[in-house]
Amino acid sequence: MTASRFRATVVLLCCVTLLLFHFSLVIGPAGMGTGESLRALLGGGKELQVLVMQEIRLPRALLGLVVGATLGLSGGALQGFLRNPLAEPGLIGISASASLGAVIAIYTGLSALFALALPLLALVGAMLAVIVLRAMAGPDGRPLAVILTGVAISSFAAAMTSLVLNLSPNPFAATEIVFWMLGSLTDRSMTHVWLILPFTLIGWFMLFRLGRALDALSLGPDAAASMGIDMRHAQRLVILGTALSVGAATAVTGAIGFIGLVVPHVLRPFVGAQPSRLLPASALGGASLLLAADILVRVVAPERDLKLGVVTAIVGAPFFLWLVWSYRRTAL
Amino acid sequence: MSRLSIDGISARLSGRPVLKNVSLAVGSGTFLGLAGPNGAGKSTLLRACLGLIPAEGAIHLDTVDLTALRPFERARYLSYLPQERETAWSMSVEAVVALGRLPHQGRFPMMTGADHAAVEAVLARMDLLPHRTRAVTGLSGGERARVLIARALAQETPVLLADEPLAGLDPQHQIALMRLFRELAGEGRIVIASMHDLTLAARWCDRLLLLRDGRAFAEGAPATVLTESTLRDVYNIEAHIGEAAGRMIVQPLDIARKTEDHS
Repeated sequence: MTASRFRATVVLLCCVTLLLFHFSLVIGPAGMGTGESLRALLGGGKELQVLVMQEIRLPRALLGLVVGATLGLSGGALQGFLRNPLAEPGLIGISASASLGAVIAIYTGLSALFALALPLLALVGAMLAVIVLRAMAGPDGRPLAVILTGVAISSFAAAMTSLVLNLSPNPFAATEIVFWMLGSLTDRSMTHVWLILPFTLIGWFMLFRLGRALDALSLGPDAAASMGIDMRHAQRLVILGTALSVGAATAVTGAIGFIGLVVPHVLRPFVGAQPSRLLPASALGGASLLLAADILVRVVAPERDLKLGVVTAIVGAPFFLWLVWSYRRTAL
Repeated sequence: MSRLSIDGISARLSGRPVLKNVSLAVGSGTFLGLAGPNGAGKSTLLRACLGLIPAEGAIHLDTVDLTALRPFERARYLSYLPQERETAWSMSVEAVVALGRLPHQGRFPMMTGADHAAVEAVLARMDLLPHRTRAVTGLSGGERARVLIARALAQETPVLLADEPLAGLDPQHQIALMRLFRELAGEGRIVIASMHDLTLAARWCDRLLLLRDGRAFAEGAPATVLTESTLRDVYNIEAHIGEAAGRMIVQPLDIARKTEDHS
């Protein structure tokens, strides 16, 4: 019964994601019809339309799909590994340190000289966080040390980011940094997609490998280890998988909050609360939510360049409060 | 007939020696109770056997060196009931029990027909069939304990190690559990459980190992291990050892002498 419900959930989420991906491709200020857009995507029609579809909308929709899936998947994996429904990709310090790398690229002017400097430095930031996490997390793979180290890394990276803002040479640089940190999918190219894709795919592979280890971990680390789960290996997978995929996502879109926290929460009851089943569901749910938010940004205020991270937090935070409220009522 | 032999096992926690050169040999069909005061090393002994903490010494099941095995291989010989009974998520009873099949599955775990059959058998044995789709988080303490034992049984190991399985259970559930362990040993398994209830231990265990300060203090049949003098030495209590309905009872009466406060 639960297995068929799980399959139905995944199929439904696949359909929703595909539909939103389609909408993301056909909605925009260029004012093309659906048929026209899709033809232009495949290289037919006017040159300008082909350019809009292939260089602007396709990378935007692809990034929405990939980054959203990354945030949902890593949120589900981290909640399972840390046995904590409050865990999210930002918690272990990856997003903050990737942001710091990006901010340094903007501050030093490297990103103006060479566009890929920004995502590359962000990836370096994410990897530095991994080194600290792995060094601090201890040999037995217990979750608590990972949370505490992550919190410390996040605070430090946030403080360093503030320092960079504090020292920024002029208001334009400061504005650019702040806008970048708000998170957005606007004006990204296929180069960005190709840049993050390998990191993302390896990260996804690692996080999906965690599946049954997370199920076993729901009975506690000792019980999991007694069932043959290698906790150190699981910890390696969760840290590296998150760093590669979320680091890459943050590198091109900035920090987009709440998706990694809310999506696993919402979907948990539909997959029988089983962490391994939550992974594919959360990936699809994350992709759907980010694509939907990005469409919303374009529809609500097409000329204002509303930042995606702002919208996800504005919608996400009250929703999360409602969720906590309803849990509280059922728990009491 | 298999034999679990633990030879000269020692372990430290945060640099402090907690287990000092403990040896033990248990044959299949034995239900061994592990007793001793808090901090005597009962949990540490179980955890060391499972490879959850680093320890010196040798542990063999017949000729298999358990310390040399990788975690998932060891999990086919030893199953474990930790003291912690919290389940992080509201998974169904069936899903939790199925976790016990993990060591029998490959790198990319899939439930085979044999796995399903094992889960069904265990659910039936533990009277959990009517509860199979319920969330574990909504069960009573006694039901949850049954689910976790079912999970360990689904692992189908020759040895079951349980850390204070009686804690928090009412007398009926405690007796039912001891009866089950007795039955499991009767089927040819080796069952080792730590416990504080000496009357239950005396009534149901074949043998007892009494630990004090990380060392084996006494080992053997309950009637020989549990005497008024050993209880005074090990637990620092005066106890009455008597008989009720033809069975041994151990009733602690008072603290034997003024204890030095080590805290």
